[in-house]
This record gives sequence, structure tokens and C-alpha cells, in this order.
Amino acid sequence: METLSFEFAAGQPARGKALVGVVGSGDLEVLLEPGQAGKLAIQVVTSVNGAEQRWKSLFERMFREQNLPALNIDIHDFGATPGVVRLRLEQGLEEVGHD
Amino acid sequence: MIDVSANTVARLLESRSFVELGARQRARALLDEGSFRELLDPFDRVTSPWLPKQGIVTQADDGVVVAKGTIDGQPAVIAAIEGAFQGGSMGEVGGAKIAGALELAAEDNRNGIPTRAVLLLETGGVRLQEANLGLAAIAEIQAAIVELRDYQPVIGVVAGSVGCFGGMSIAAGLCSYLIVTREARIGLNGPQVIEQEAGLDEYDSRDRPFIWSLTGGEQRYASGLVDAYVADDTDAIRAQLHELFALGKPLQPRSRRYAWFLQRLADVDTRTQLDAAAVRTLYEGDAQ
Repeated sequence: METLSFEFAAGQPARGKALVGVVGSGDLEVLLEPGQAGKLAIQVVTSVNGAEQRWKSLFERMFREQNLPALNIDIHDFGATPGVVRLRLEQGLEEVGHD
Repeated sequence: MIDVSANTVARLLESRSFVELGARQRARALLDEGSFRELLDPFDRVTSPWLPKQGIVTQADDGVVVAKGTIDGQPAVIAAIEGAFQGGSMGEVGGAKIAGALELAAEDNRNGIPTRAVLLLETGGVRLQEANLGLAAIAEIQAAIVELRDYQPVIGVVAGSVGCFGGMSIAAGLCSYLIVTREARIGLNGPQVIEQEAGLDEYDSRDRPFIWSLTGGEQRYASGLVDAYVADDTDAIRAQLHELFALGKPLQPRSRRYAWFLQRLADVDTRTQLDAAAVRTLYEGDAQ
């Protein structure tokens, strides 16, 4: 088990919060809450060790393409593949946007 | 014939599976629309303190969703176990959430608020990583069910696909009423545990038809060990729930009729292997 922290630039705080997913085999849960203006902070607790670079690359690729609101994101991962992580994050971001 | 199959197809297309829903969606689906209010939600971050010490990632709700709301217009509390997180196992936090919810419902009743309870049980039983704390939590849940069922019906729903095993199967047996689907299983020991203890010849846990023939929802209903057998359909389960709540408390909870069951078990001839049909005959007996 490993705990990883990431930080990215962001816009104004998001309005709502959201929870998606479940900590089951090959899946993860993502908790999104409004953060401090200008900052997107992500904390990942994962059952898979040694994957920091993979998480970093995934976040960088995702956030390069879109301008995100300021959020505190907590991820509890149970061995999800990068594809599943991305889908869950997009699902969560969409739900935060709808609130 | 064509009409029949067209109707069947239309019904299947319209039905919403309950088994496929997660714990939070299940709780929301059974409470009256718009009445769902979660207690100790994931953002309160009350999680197991024991799992990280053993290198296991926690879930923000510890695998138990507790919500208040109304059912058929009456105040209700619902506790749903998430079977996908650690096999729906009962740890200190998740167990305390369920026991606390039931105890507060009993308190409500003493104060003139007729809160009833629903338990959505998908669990392998105690969370082994939390050992005695999980066992203690299950004991508290059982005591709280017995306390609350004197005021209002406590209804257990085992929909599948995890089923309900271990100490939580005893909790299920204490409920005023039990609802199951065909996908459900209820048993004290899980199939793999029995296989490990008794051997493959006695009990092959990978033989699904055999396992379901003995512990599946249909068999448990036919044996009189549960009260309702419904299709895996959210509307059907909600309707069944309303129907049982409308009946009120049973004259005598099943667990109080233990003498009748014990006598049946005492009469079993263990020299021959029981099969599903023999178990049904055994329990159907004369009217319970």
C-alpha cells in the first residue's frame, strides 16, 4: 500500500462534491470536494506499490486537455487500470460540474 | 405466443435489476423518492483504523451505507452493505454504523416516532482483519435487531450476489421478515469454508447448481426459512417491502419458533445424505 500526493494548477473552487466508484477488485473510489482557489490537490492511497510515475502521467495527460476547478480529490484504489481511473475521474468531474 | 414473448421482452427491458446496484443506489431505490438522507456519509471519513495497518486500502464509508428517509410514507432507516468492498465483511466501523442506526430507531419508537428498519445484507460475515471487534459489532447488531423488532418490523433483504453468511446470517435469521431473490444465498458457513472442512466429496463449492440447490433463495423460501421470494427487480422488491411493512410485526418472530426447528433437526436421519428436496420436506412439515 502506498500514499501519493499530487498538485496541479486550477481555477476557482468547484461548487459541489461527489463520490464515484467502490474500493472493489480492479476499481477505485474517488471523492471530490471544493478546494483552495488555484489548486487541484490529489491524494492517492493505492494497493499497488511502485506506480507513482503511472499516476503522474495519467493526471498530466488528463489535465493538459481541460481547465479544471479547484478541488481536493481523494482516491482509494484497489488495483484499477489507468483506463478505469480515467473513466472514474471523468465521471466524478462531471458530477461535480452538475451540482 | 408472439404476444407473450413481446410482453416478456417489454417487461425485461423495463425492469431495473436490484442485484446490479451498489449499496448507496440500493438504499436510495428502496426509500421513497427524494427522502434519502445519508448518515455518516463518506465525506465524514469515518474509516477502519485497522485495515491500513495491514496494508489494505480503506473505503470512505467502510462498506456500509446508512440512510434515513421514509418507506411508504413512514419514517425508516436503511443500512446497506457494499458487497464489493472486502466481501461485505463486517468490521468495527461498519458494524457500529448498523448497530447505532438500529439502536436509534428503537429510541425513536420509545419517543413515539414509529421508525422501521431495512437491512440490505451482502456479507461474508465478520471481517477477519478486525477479528474480535467485528464479532462484537455483529453481536451488537443482533441485540439491536431483537430490541427494535418488538416495536416495528425489521426487514432483511438478501438480493445477491454475495449472499449472507457467518454471524450476519444469524442477524438475518433474527429479522422480522426476510426477502430474497433467486440470486441470493443464506448460510452459516460459506461454501468454501465447508469444502475446506468437510472435503470436496462432501461439498464442492464450485458446483453452483448444487450450492444454490441447498443455500439459494428459492430453496430457502421453499423450506420456510424466508418470507418472500421475488424477482431481481427494484420495483418488485420495493413493493414486497411495502407489503410486509403493511402486515406489521409477525405474531411470533421466526427465531422464537426455535423449538419447532430443533425438533425437525432432531428427527433427521443423518445416515443418509440429505438433498434439496428432502430438506424442503423436512421443514415444510405441518403448518408452522
